[in-house]
This record gives sequence, structure tokens and C-alpha cells, in this order.
Amino acid sequence: MADHRTHRRRRGPATYVFRLIVVAYLFLLVAWPVSLVAQNALEGGFGNIQAILEDPDVAHALRLTAVVALVSVAINTVFGVGISLLLVRYEFPGKRALSALVDLPLSVSPVVVGLSLVLVYGGRDGWIGPTLEDLGLRVIFSTPGIIMATVFVALPLVIREVVPVLEEVGTEQEQAAASLGAGPLQTFRRITLPSIRWALVYGVVLTLARSLGEFGAVKVVSGNVLGETRTATLVVEEKYLNFDRPGAYATAFLLALVSVACIVIVSIIRPKERRT
Amino acid sequence: MTATLTTAPETTPSGGAARTRRPARAGRLGRASGLGLGVAMLWFSLLVLLPLTAVVVTASEAGWSGFWRTLTNEQTAAAIRLTVGCAILVTLVNIVMGTLIAWVLVRDHFIGKRVLEVLIDIPFALPTIVAGLVLLSLYGPDSPFGVNVANTRPAVFLAFLFVTLPFVVRTVQPVLEELDPEVEEAAASLGASRFTVFRRIVLPSLTPAIAAGAALSFARGVSEYGSLVLLSGNLPFRTEVTSVRILSSIENDNLPGAAVVATVLLVISLAVIVALDLVQRRIARRG
Repeated sequence: MADHRTHRRRRGPATYVFRLIVVAYLFLLVAWPVSLVAQNALEGGFGNIQAILEDPDVAHALRLTAVVALVSVAINTVFGVGISLLLVRYEFPGKRALSALVDLPLSVSPVVVGLSLVLVYGGRDGWIGPTLEDLGLRVIFSTPGIIMATVFVALPLVIREVVPVLEEVGTEQEQAAASLGAGPLQTFRRITLPSIRWALVYGVVLTLARSLGEFGAVKVVSGNVLGETRTATLVVEEKYLNFDRPGAYATAFLLALVSVACIVIVSIIRPKERRT
Repeated sequence: MTATLTTAPETTPSGGAARTRRPARAGRLGRASGLGLGVAMLWFSLLVLLPLTAVVVTASEAGWSGFWRTLTNEQTAAAIRLTVGCAILVTLVNIVMGTLIAWVLVRDHFIGKRVLEVLIDIPFALPTIVAGLVLLSLYGPDSPFGVNVANTRPAVFLAFLFVTLPFVVRTVQPVLEELDPEVEEAAASLGASRFTVFRRIVLPSLTPAIAAGAALSFARGVSEYGSLVLLSGNLPFRTEVTSVRILSSIENDNLPGAAVVATVLLVISLAVIVALDLVQRRIARRG
């Protein structure tokens, strides 16, 4: 059917003009600049990248970023699937408000996210920060704060992918499974999870990319202590501002490599589960 | 490939049928799901609601006059004007370019289209600080063709343009995919020009999606921070945006002042969320 359609459509000059405009726009805005970063990072071989990997402070920052990203992905996956199931399968008061509010982190400035966490969990004059600190739990200027900020900014990504699929698959199979004697956990594992699998993978990959790259919120809550709470994105800024351009480009290249890999994986997965 | 394309239309009616049955199948909360909701709400409150409330409460402690004094501080007002103005401008560009890109991705067929699909998503996945560095390498002091916008207002515009690229494209694209080209062909066969077909047939069905994408793009632009750090130079009165202003208040230990400006951004975010909710409800009613 699609083939007929394309044959029947007349291709006026406008088609080619539009195509040209779009390709030129994306080339100038995205493709060329991104490839330049790769070019700058790989200038003179892999020496720059090797140098930053051998720098203990950068290596620590990369490890911290990886740990924070993995923990936030785990939290957001469990929380995201749970909230999605509640929003689609159950009725409860305040459902509409919750459904709108989970999108809020998408449009809140990262700096505001950081500020809001400092106001509540700040060790000196936060709302509950001093109490937590007395109990021995330091949030702000420490890893828990970095994780909270990262989880906050990436919160809606899994939910936004899983909710539409859950709505589309309906409950017939789940009810059939339940009527045949499957427990809730078994139904979830054997029926629900397989049907949302690809949406979930997509959401998780987006969450991972977002978590690795968070900058503004982490900058506010981390205190940016060298070798302790400095993450990879903060290293890029610090190196660039200290005129260590090769180091900045090399670190940026590593981060870009992971996020572009995420996007490519997603685009390979996507056509199989084309949502209409 | 052809097989998946031909089966695609069949999935739509069944999906549609499931959607009409939905009111009957939303269940009441049982014990386990009630507990789940409790835990989820507790986590969501501790992570999002309580901190955001703290921002508004801290801002209100300044009192109405303090609130107003902070906002009318010349430097802060200049930052807010620049941010909102630039975000509006970028959103207008995105409305046109985003719709055009979505159109080309859905209706045109050519080699390398998959590459464009990946390019659209890159700004969403790329760390913002890297995005700034990326733009700086082409439009900064070492630009291969001598365009240097670093530390100027066009840099702010450029950074917003980069980070907001996916929003309109990704909201318009699925709607455009679902449009039935036969209606357009009927209009064309009745003598409507291509422009008339677009304006009278295609555009009305795309408007809600364009509006949703524009709202997201505006919100993202207003709240942008990371990509500007290296690119715009953060010069007061010239290239300093609202987020940078908030950060410098935080660094100067002026949390109440930061909270006041942050509240303005929060109000904008909330307005966008409410607008999105309304638009989505309208689409759902129609679908």
C-alpha cells in the first residue's frame, strides 16, 4: 500500500526544495558540529583520550557518573513501570493531577531542580537536611544528592514510553491469565512485561543517556569537589574553562559516544515495534 | 519491510477498540496496588513535590515587596527578558522547521532518511554541556568558516535552537503518519492547489500536535542552562539567561533571591504542563 502511495504522488520541485532545506538545516545544526567534536577529540590519534583515562581525577569522575547513572536508571525503571501501571490500570483520586505532574521534570530548569533539592536537603538550613545529617546521612554535596538530582530530571522518560503501550495492549490477556489461576506476579512477568518490553527498553535507554549527561542540577547539588563529587560533565566544563581544550574535547567525546550509541540502538529497536 | 507496513493499519482499529473499552477496565485499588501507590507517592513527594514546594515557600518568605524587588532588579529583569524573548523566537522557528522536517521524514522517501532520524534525537540525548562544546566547535572562535557567535546573543538563540530541535518534530511526526492521504488526494482532484490542501486539510489536523511540541520547546528553551555555559559567556545584561542568574544567586548564598527567580520559571513550566494536558485531552477526545 505504501508503495502505491509513493508512486501515485507527483513529486513537484517543492519536494526536492523541502528535502534540501531539511538536510542542510540538520547538517549545519547537528551533523557537522557533532562530527567536529569527534575530529577535535581524535586529533593526533587516541592520545588525548588515553591521557584523560589515565588522569585519576577524570577516571574517578567517569566512575562516579557511571554509578550514578546506573542507580538512577534502576530507580526510574522500577518507579516508572509502577506509576505507569497505576495510571493506566487503576482509578484513584488525584490520578489526573499525578499524570500531569510526572511530566513536570521535563520542563523544569535543571538549576531549579538543584535549588529545590538544596532547599529541602541542604545540610545547613534545609527543611529536613539537618535532621538527616544528624542521623548520619549527607545528601547535598554528596552522592545521594547527585543521584536524586539525576533521578528527578530523568523521571518521566520511562513513563512516557510505557503508558501508551499499556493503554494499547488492553487487559484481556492479563484477565485470561488471572482467570486461569496465575498470581499477580506471574501475570506481570509472563504477560504484561513481554508486551511492554520494547517500550521499556526504549525508555531505559533514553533514561541512561539523560542520566549520564545531567549537568545543571548536578552542578548545584554536588559541590563539584575534585576527585569526590565531580562528575564527567563537570569535568568537561572545568577542563574547557582552564584552557585544557584537548582534555575537554576528549571527555566530551566519550560522553557523546555513549549518548549517540544509545540513540542508534533505539533507532534500530524502534521500527520493530512501530507505534501508530 | 512491506509486510510490516501492510499489517500496520490492522493494528490501529483494534487499538482504537481497546481504547473505547477502557473506562470499564480501569480497576479499583486492591491491597497490593494501594501499597504500591502509597510508596510511589511518597517517593514522588520526597523527590519532586516537597522540593518544588520549598522553592515557592522560600520565595514567598521574601514577601510581596521583596519578591517584586528581586524581579525588577535590572540585571534579573534583563535575563528574564532575554530568555523569554529568545525562547519565543526559537519556538516560532521550530514550529516552521519542525513541521517541515516531520513532513519530509513522513512523506518523502530517499536514501539516508534513517540518518536524519538519528540526527533529530541527538540533541535530546547529548549532554547539554557537550552540546555547548559541539556548537562552539563550529560557531566559535575556531570556526572553520569564520562565523564566531561565542559570547553574543545569537549564541543563546543557537543553543536554544539545538536543544529544542526534537520536540515539534517528534510530536507532529506520529500524527502525520496517521493522516489518510486519500482525503488530500480527493481535495487535489477537486482542483485544490498543494498549498490549499496543506492549509485546509493537513494543517488543521496537525495543529494540536504542533501546539504541544511548541509548548515543550518553549519550556525547554526557557529552562536551558548547560549548553549556554561555555557558549554564551554569561555576560550580564547581554547574554546572561535566567538559569545562569539563579545559579549565581545560589553561589552567592542568596537562596531566597534564587528561589524568587526560580518561582517565575516554575510558573512557566506549570503553565506549559497544564496547556499540554488540555491539548492532549483534546486529541484523545478526537481520536
